[in-house]
Amino acid sequence: MRPMLRTHGSKFRPSWMGSEKKMTTTPAELVRLTAAQMAAKLRAGEITAVELTQAHLDRIAAVDGTINAFLHVSAEEALETAAEVDKIRAAGGTGAQALHPLAGVPIAVKDLIVTKGQPTTAGSKMLQGWMSPYDATVVEKIRAAKLPILGKTNLDEFAMGSSTEHSAYGPTRNPWDTGRIPGGSGGGSAAAVAAFEAPLALGTDTGGSIRQPGAVTGTVGTKPTYGSVSRYGAIAMASSLDQIGPVARTVEDAALLHELIGGHDPKDSTSLPEEVPAFSEHARNHQLTGLRIGIIKQLQGEGYQAGVLARFQEALEALRSAGAEIVEVDCPSFDYALGAYYLIMPSEASSNLARYDGVRYGTRVLPEEGPLTIERVMGATRAAGFGEEVKRRIILGTYALSAGYYDAYYGSAQKIRTLIQRDFEAAFEQADVLISPTAPTVAFPLGAKLDDPLAMYLNDIATIPANLAGVPGISVPGGLSYDENEQGLPVGIQFLAPAREDARVYHAAGALEKLLQTDAEPLWAQIPELAETAGAASSSVVEGAN
Amino acid sequence: MTETLTEAQPLSFEEALERYEPVMGFEVHVELNTATKMFSSAPNAFGDEPNTNVNEVCLGLPGTLPVVNGKAVESAIRLGLALNCQIAPYCRFARKQYFYPDTPKNWQTSQYDEPIAFDGHLDVELDDGEIFRVEIERAHMEEDAGKLTHAGTSGRIQGAEYSLVDYNRSGVPLIEIVTKPITGAGERAPEIARAYVSAIRDIVKALDISDARMERGNVRCDANVSLMPKGSSRFGTRSETKNVNSMRAVEHAVHYEIRRHAGILAAGGSIVQETRHWQETTRTTSSGRPKSDADDYRYFPEPDLVPVTVTEEWVAALRAELPEPPAERRRRLRQSWGYTDAEFRDVIAAGLLDAIEETVEQGAAPAVARKWWMGEISRLANARDTEPAELGVSPATIVELNGLIEQGRINDKIARQVLEHHVDGEGSPAEIVAARGLEVVSDDGALTAAVEKAMAENPDVVEKVAAGKLKAIGALIGPVMKETRGQADAGKVREIVLQKLGIEG
Repeated sequence: MRPMLRTHGSKFRPSWMGSEKKMTTTPAELVRLTAAQMAAKLRAGEITAVELTQAHLDRIAAVDGTINAFLHVSAEEALETAAEVDKIRAAGGTGAQALHPLAGVPIAVKDLIVTKGQPTTAGSKMLQGWMSPYDATVVEKIRAAKLPILGKTNLDEFAMGSSTEHSAYGPTRNPWDTGRIPGGSGGGSAAAVAAFEAPLALGTDTGGSIRQPGAVTGTVGTKPTYGSVSRYGAIAMASSLDQIGPVARTVEDAALLHELIGGHDPKDSTSLPEEVPAFSEHARNHQLTGLRIGIIKQLQGEGYQAGVLARFQEALEALRSAGAEIVEVDCPSFDYALGAYYLIMPSEASSNLARYDGVRYGTRVLPEEGPLTIERVMGATRAAGFGEEVKRRIILGTYALSAGYYDAYYGSAQKIRTLIQRDFEAAFEQADVLISPTAPTVAFPLGAKLDDPLAMYLNDIATIPANLAGVPGISVPGGLSYDENEQGLPVGIQFLAPAREDARVYHAAGALEKLLQTDAEPLWAQIPELAETAGAASSSVVEGAN
Repeated sequence: MTETLTEAQPLSFEEALERYEPVMGFEVHVELNTATKMFSSAPNAFGDEPNTNVNEVCLGLPGTLPVVNGKAVESAIRLGLALNCQIAPYCRFARKQYFYPDTPKNWQTSQYDEPIAFDGHLDVELDDGEIFRVEIERAHMEEDAGKLTHAGTSGRIQGAEYSLVDYNRSGVPLIEIVTKPITGAGERAPEIARAYVSAIRDIVKALDISDARMERGNVRCDANVSLMPKGSSRFGTRSETKNVNSMRAVEHAVHYEIRRHAGILAAGGSIVQETRHWQETTRTTSSGRPKSDADDYRYFPEPDLVPVTVTEEWVAALRAELPEPPAERRRRLRQSWGYTDAEFRDVIAAGLLDAIEETVEQGAAPAVARKWWMGEISRLANARDTEPAELGVSPATIVELNGLIEQGRINDKIARQVLEHHVDGEGSPAEIVAARGLEVVSDDGALTAAVEKAMAENPDVVEKVAAGKLKAIGALIGPVMKETRGQADAGKVREIVLQKLGIEG
């Protein structure tokens, strides 16, 4: 299916263009503001949270039939929260003052993160209709800060994939070209933010599931330092690699959301004790003089599209001319990162997904014939409930952990992991942050790599090392790459920093974002106008549980 | 191809021991009495409505994460120290993976190659006082599974119509204690097995880390048995009898397995490596599932938990507060109380060591304390179908009651009645004596009258006493007691009779 494209018109004039003073902001303009701008307008009383939330719900109704970013929209709940914010703000006094800066700014939540009162499917048939009796810690924080939750976003089943095509509920489409993938596994969150269906979203990143969708949709996504955001309530794929992080259109917005969701959680044993720094201040610090930026020898060249490399070189030039010192670092073990990742991740996933057996919750499938023994019910449930990619990884992981193979596979992979950590340590002796393209290619057409798992896995070649080492990474738009048809598609630039130094990636990415904004509008505003298909919302966008 | 013989008539125990040397190994699981579960804040409690002591973590719901119970780690260190183990300064949990509906995550969080305690020993005292040293391989922390109830005639999962599962026990903290192979036990193997489990139970009780009630499964034993021909040092194939849950059953199970193995081996057969079930009614074991060393649990370090680090200071502080080892304590008490071996054994068997020790500490003579606890209190407990220690009689009550006897205010018989009234909730012994007017009649006037009446009614007895047959006084005591409703002091009665007859007592 070819995209329904229209070139960008002049239908709206967002406030960042700044020239015209306007008394009112239309819904179309509202959804195109940054989260920081929305928050400022809410505080100033220029708009209400209900208006803002309704504008997003309308946008979802208009475009999500095409995009399929949402698996569930919770209009009623979102409007309730918004009304609460408006009420508190209208009452004034200490109540209004105590409101979180982002109160009233709507957010979308990746459907891998559990929410009370809304279904959580993990993109799998296995959890069709399942309602979590508890909230994830990050969801508790979002509720406490009163951000209206618009709904749950699509993903590759159990976050296993790089295209969101492995969702049991149909693929999400890239708003830049609806014939292409939005990245994965967090394609739903990235596409929702890119298509102005939500200003903010939560993602999870195990091998690049926040950053790679960010890259191919022209949005910003951060994988925080492992342990800096609680994983409690994020349905586990690979426990030692998973991390929840923010998805936004600007670096500052991502930083603001990161500040909200970060911090120690006693329910997550791997959670770090540190206080959350003011990331947004670092995002607004555009001073680059003296910042040492390391190019990773192993993450450029072969396998990267020319258009991607061209944008990468331009970014380096811009950073250098702004005063940054560009150095090259050698991380030889990164060549083995993909191999190590595809042993550790499936090993942990095979274990984490063992609980889906039809005994306690979720889907239960009875064998079509033969006796109803527990083993056969478990087997039939798992055979029917899991998709192909999930089964592939469970089998891979089960094999890698088997007696007699453990040392050769899981054991060796852990050693590579240690070597990668050492490579990072050495690299950070020479550089304050590291830089690479986020993904080797721009968004590829739907279906292009579905039958070739290895090609699909290679999408994550540049993002995986950060997960293996637990260090933070961010993807920030680096401009458009043009193909032979002159079609512009976003390219992502990744910054990496040492563990616990997430502030550095916000600093570097914020500065680059500013440097590249040479046009009148940021990259994300150049997205083609989407055809509105009001009334044709996909059947997956429903109120309530299935 | 001929089939290998795997079943045969068991040999007699004596015959078995003539030809083979038994090798044993035990895995004892101890359920801890922590307030909450091993990895979640759900309550750790026995006997509640099914599936009420659960939360999202111990149900293994999507997205949940474990957090280690610090108190359980402390209990594990203390038990490790009591078993003379090394304590690991750094250890991890691992996932032991297998699909079973009582295990909500389909893995058990346990410890694999990094147990918290290892390389210890326990000196076990046998009935004749001989000490047998059992080497401890390791003690590690893990979580319990839920409880399955299979509906249907078999009572097993195979052939059940349906099964119910209660996750209240799911995630309850366990410590598993694994012995090294026990050799050299010979004919005393069954006795050593019982004494070992009994010693473990005593230790966890003394440490107050478990309720230690075997009938509730707080202490569960898997007994491994194999035989090697006399003179050989190569271990044979072992069987593992699961969940033998009383001390007597452990002894009988080992006894039976030695006979069964010997029967098969003597007939030229071979032992199947398998788990076996203890059958209490027949005192035999039956085949469970085959278990090979190649059972693949796909262990790997639990990535959701950080390693447990145990500082030297922590270990030192816990070591300093360890209670006296039960075996040492028993030796000390037996010596200081002067009981015979048989008397002391009975006290231990009745579970009254603590009660008697406390009663003695509060001032009663050891013999008096034993007389009350082993006598009247045990009898009352038995009649009321409970344990003596749980009857509600405090050591202080016994001391008070005994004081009343020593002061001559009541006699033994009245004291027994007072005790029963006390158990019925009528108050302290002194209160009961006062309220019921049970004080011994020592008022000479009333007593003298009763004695005179008895003497007048029994002239033949009086004649015998007067003739020097002092034993005959007993025949007068009965009527006096009847007259005084049992409240007379027998000694005093005797005194008055002799006085009346002018005989020197």
